[in-house]
Amino acid sequence: MTDLINQLPLVLGMAGDAAHASGGHAAGAHAGPVAGQLPSWVLAMPFLPLLACVLCGLCAVFKVRTKLPAVITVVSLAAAFVVALLAYQATMSGGAGAGQYAVVKAWDWINFQFGSQSTQSVVANFAFYIDALTCLWMLFVCGLGAVIALYASEYMSHDVGPGYTRFFVAFNLFVFSMACLVMGDNLLLLFLGWEGVGLCSYLLIGYFYTKPAAVAAGKKAFIVNRIGDVGLSMGIMATFVVFGTVEYTKLFELIAAGKTGAGQDLATHWSVWVIPALLTVGAFGKSAQLFFYVWLPDAMEGPTPVSALIHAATMVTAGVFLIARVYPLYTADPSLTVLTVVAWAGAITALWAATIEMAIFDIKRVMGYSTISQLGFMFAGLGLLTPVGAAFHTFTHAFFKATLFLGVGAVMHGFGGQLDLRRMSGVMWMKGFGLVGIAMLIGSINLSGVPFTAGYFSKDMILAAGFATPGTMIGGAQWVGWILLLTAGMTAYYTFRTYLRVYVGPKEFVPGDDPDLVDMGRHPKGTTLDEHHAHHGHGHGHGHGHDHGHSHGGVADRRLAHRQDFDPTTEEFDPHPPGLAMKAAIAIVMVLSVLAAGLYFYKGLPGGEHGGWVGGVVHASQVSGSQAVVDKAHGGTFFGQDPHKVMYYVSALIGFIGILIAAFLHGPKGWQGLFIGNRQKCDVAPRADRLANLFGPLTKLARNKYYVDEIYDALIVKQLWLTSHILHWFDKWLVDGLVNLFGLMPRGAGSIARKQQTGVLHEYALRMALGVALVLAIVIVVKVGGVR
Amino acid sequence: MIDVLLTLASGPTPGPMAQATLFHYLIVSALMFGIGLIGFLTRRNLIIMFLCTELMFQAAGLSLIAFSRFHLNHTGETFVIFVLTIAAAEAALALALVVLLFRRQETLDAGVWSQLRG
Repeated sequence: MTDLINQLPLVLGMAGDAAHASGGHAAGAHAGPVAGQLPSWVLAMPFLPLLACVLCGLCAVFKVRTKLPAVITVVSLAAAFVVALLAYQATMSGGAGAGQYAVVKAWDWINFQFGSQSTQSVVANFAFYIDALTCLWMLFVCGLGAVIALYASEYMSHDVGPGYTRFFVAFNLFVFSMACLVMGDNLLLLFLGWEGVGLCSYLLIGYFYTKPAAVAAGKKAFIVNRIGDVGLSMGIMATFVVFGTVEYTKLFELIAAGKTGAGQDLATHWSVWVIPALLTVGAFGKSAQLFFYVWLPDAMEGPTPVSALIHAATMVTAGVFLIARVYPLYTADPSLTVLTVVAWAGAITALWAATIEMAIFDIKRVMGYSTISQLGFMFAGLGLLTPVGAAFHTFTHAFFKATLFLGVGAVMHGFGGQLDLRRMSGVMWMKGFGLVGIAMLIGSINLSGVPFTAGYFSKDMILAAGFATPGTMIGGAQWVGWILLLTAGMTAYYTFRTYLRVYVGPKEFVPGDDPDLVDMGRHPKGTTLDEHHAHHGHGHGHGHGHDHGHSHGGVADRRLAHRQDFDPTTEEFDPHPPGLAMKAAIAIVMVLSVLAAGLYFYKGLPGGEHGGWVGGVVHASQVSGSQAVVDKAHGGTFFGQDPHKVMYYVSALIGFIGILIAAFLHGPKGWQGLFIGNRQKCDVAPRADRLANLFGPLTKLARNKYYVDEIYDALIVKQLWLTSHILHWFDKWLVDGLVNLFGLMPRGAGSIARKQQTGVLHEYALRMALGVALVLAIVIVVKVGGVR
Repeated sequence: MIDVLLTLASGPTPGPMAQATLFHYLIVSALMFGIGLIGFLTRRNLIIMFLCTELMFQAAGLSLIAFSRFHLNHTGETFVIFVLTIAAAEAALALALVVLLFRRQETLDAGVWSQLRG
């Protein structure tokens, strides 16, 4: 890695002395101290992943068949994380005033005048706006990125070679795009990153490109996101039209002053709700809210590290980030219309996704829907005027959902791709899976909101806001609160349903049918998996007794080959426990998600009395431009009590009820099921099955995801299909027909004329002779006649 | 000098061929050409047709020589020498073609070659 370190100054040198710092927030009321000038080394945050992307690309060029791309990725992302920590330190050290920031410019990107006045210009530089919120996001993007790359280095090892390199190229490109999105100092750079993460998401979901489902899922994610992007791009255009700038610095100045670019009063201007509404459409698309959610469950077709990084921890939080970033714009509207919509959309999405999770059996998709549901909580938090709660929940969710995904991934990896919770039980007690079980328990208690976990504190802030925010500000805030409270209970139920079914109870399993993953666990009868691997001297993930040559692009063929060559009379399958890299990654995120709870009690920062460390961070960021509005969102009560105090008990109670129901319905007999469960086999949970039958059609409805995909198919896809076929017909017969008609006319004329060509030699000669005679006759008549 | 030439051209030629004028030569040439043309149009044998074209060539050559003699210069004769040379070369080619065509269809009938019908 020395080359990487050697190149570091190069990356920094690229920025040269272009870096410059800007003054503090110009908002009169919140004018904090001037931010410390940030040196150009903060540029390493986005450019280290880009460098790693290029290096991985070079690995592809030189056909590297080792784990070098993974090493490059882990090292560069870890370095970027360290830079993010230093940037956080530098940002916060310049005096802890509200809204301080620095702009560090890499180079001019778009910068031109279209008129003589100073407002008639378009400026969108490749520059980075660094404040506390940026640092918060970059910390978990880079940090989790590094840990998950470590996990992926082992998880993807069955594909070492071109596929492995391709994975890490896209992985690094993703982190770079996310950095552009989060750090960009203008909406255009945000949009560039926004599209970049969309592209990488597409590339990584469709990683197993020989699998039709994965290709379809990739396309679906891409297309659904494009629909949201229409809203975002229109929002950015509207921002430029109204404010005359897309740069945050100028934008926030104008918003703080309550003016549009032309000096009109913002609060009564038409754009005050139009722009946030358009941006919200984009945020909904990226964060899978409301009817945009359909792409996210399908995105689970991608490799599990991708699901963990992109579709749980980082990319899907881009929508939350976008709204938080321009939060002052949302609160500039005195009626708070858009925020009300956001709150309701979040609550409905949370509930909707939770009902599906309670019915489906695919544990990875449970996590996918759970992500949608938790994103709903974050959106509700933004809508309920607690940006701190939303940011805190994003932060804690990133860690515990990564833990859960990595735990699910380890099971999937070990059991031949098995994901059905009815086909596995007691995984925790199997050899080598203890840590996975513990990690899953920690992730589950976080997600369920068991007291004193990180997820408990962050979720409480949002739940409390539901009751504390007066209905006069956010219409129906109480109802949003109730929906979220109900969803919190359901969350606890479905989380522990998965946990109690898969990780505890009697040891049983049926292996899945993924050929590569099955190969890792198969061995001849009479040996153990360890002996088999030791005897064949295979490193982890290298052949495993079957020299299928690691050809790429032959997944479908190998699947078939696997089914033919697996001989149950001589071979056995044993779960393949995670190796060192995966265990290390799981342990790190597990510890981090435990430690995240402690941040709630860190009151060292101003504003930290509300929401702990994240509260302080958000307070120090530009979100403080909304402080006046946010401060008013208090005074609501929960049955006459202060919701912020009483919610600790209420949500804990709700969570416990959820867990107890899960234990009663799905828990195994004995202490593992808290002495109330009665499940004895992996595929039969008598009470749950009876209950599911009781609800009959409702269960079926939820299990089939309310047929939303089918409805979209009928309402949109089929209509488009029909329209396109009609247009195709029109094109083929009318447009093409007209062109062909003009071609046919000379053709018809020619078919008459060419009859003259008889092919008989004597006819040609005769005609020639007659022609000569004719000419001769004319000459004679004219000449001789003329003479006379 | 001029008047001598004019006498030669218009008046009867001295000697045994006193009756033969330019007119006679041209008549013979036209007859030869007509015979060649009629032969070409009526016969179907490729070799005969080729002979007829040669006949038409020589008819043209004859009138050129007659004109040359009539004008007392060598232009026409020069032409004829060139035409003869080229006709000899062309005859070799044409006969070779006829041989090849014969090998294709085992007949010399020109009527079998009608693939160029439109």
